[in-house]
Amino acid sequence: MTTRFGGLHTIWLILMVATCATTWWLSKDSVSAQVGTVAIVLIAAFKIRFVLLHFMELRHAPTPWRLIFEAWVLIATAAILGFYLQTPTAG
Amino acid sequence: MRRWRPHAEQVVTVVTKPQAAPLRRLPGVEGIWVFVAADMAMFAILFVSFMQGRLAEPALFEASRQTLDVNFGGINTLILLTSSWLVALGVVAVRQGRAERLPALLAAALACGLAFMVSKAIEYGGKLAAGITMLTNDFYMFYFTLTGIHLFHVTAGNVVLVVLWVKARNGAFTQDNCVTLECGATYWHMVDLLWIMLFPLLYLLR
Repeated sequence: MTTRFGGLHTIWLILMVATCATTWWLSKDSVSAQVGTVAIVLIAAFKIRFVLLHFMELRHAPTPWRLIFEAWVLIATAAILGFYLQTPTAG
Repeated sequence: MRRWRPHAEQVVTVVTKPQAAPLRRLPGVEGIWVFVAADMAMFAILFVSFMQGRLAEPALFEASRQTLDVNFGGINTLILLTSSWLVALGVVAVRQGRAERLPALLAAALACGLAFMVSKAIEYGGKLAAGITMLTNDFYMFYFTLTGIHLFHVTAGNVVLVVLWVKARNGAFTQDNCVTLECGATYWHMVDLLWIMLFPLLYLLR
């Protein structure tokens, strides 16, 4: 099945597990606020990249199109983390 | 004197190979990708505005964030990812000549999309019942605005899925004719990926 659907089942499973890890583990107090948050944002960025490359098929797209969307992920993530790291923790 | 003339076999013929399909292609039409890129750029700006607001009032944003239920956000992420995956499977099925599988996959994807809307309605209802609106403070202004704009995209996506489902039931999509399906799928995946970042921004940043 995995090869028939080009690995889509595996991608879906990874996305589900990553979502559960961020929602019900990394966001909890057992993980320090800053480490947990940075990990959560980075995992979200990788999840978005997975959706772009595998569901939206940008891995088979002309390189300039792929680069535009990869750049979006990079810039959005860097901006979010940049602001986050400047913000004093309120906890 | 006899002039030398080549035999038919000796004539060099230029064999034109059949045009190979391009190795790299964008699903759907370029226009949908321009639209998706523009929409994503707008959301990126909204993400940055939210982070600027958070930088200005970290204590208020943290206290307000803690009133949100991460279970709603997490389950909604699982729902949209699954919906997106089902649509991706549908596109692959059509390309492999098994278009008969598409209606069921689209119906399941639509069920997920509707479940997202129901879950969001319950979540909004709880907030409004607690007397919280977008005027309560800056955090809730962002919360209602960002999730509201996203919910609008989900609603539009559900309409797209209904249209695709009706077309699929009528056998409109084949291996050679699936551009409309690809366009709809591309839009729906974007709705999914925007939520992937929106969820941690609003619910999980500590």
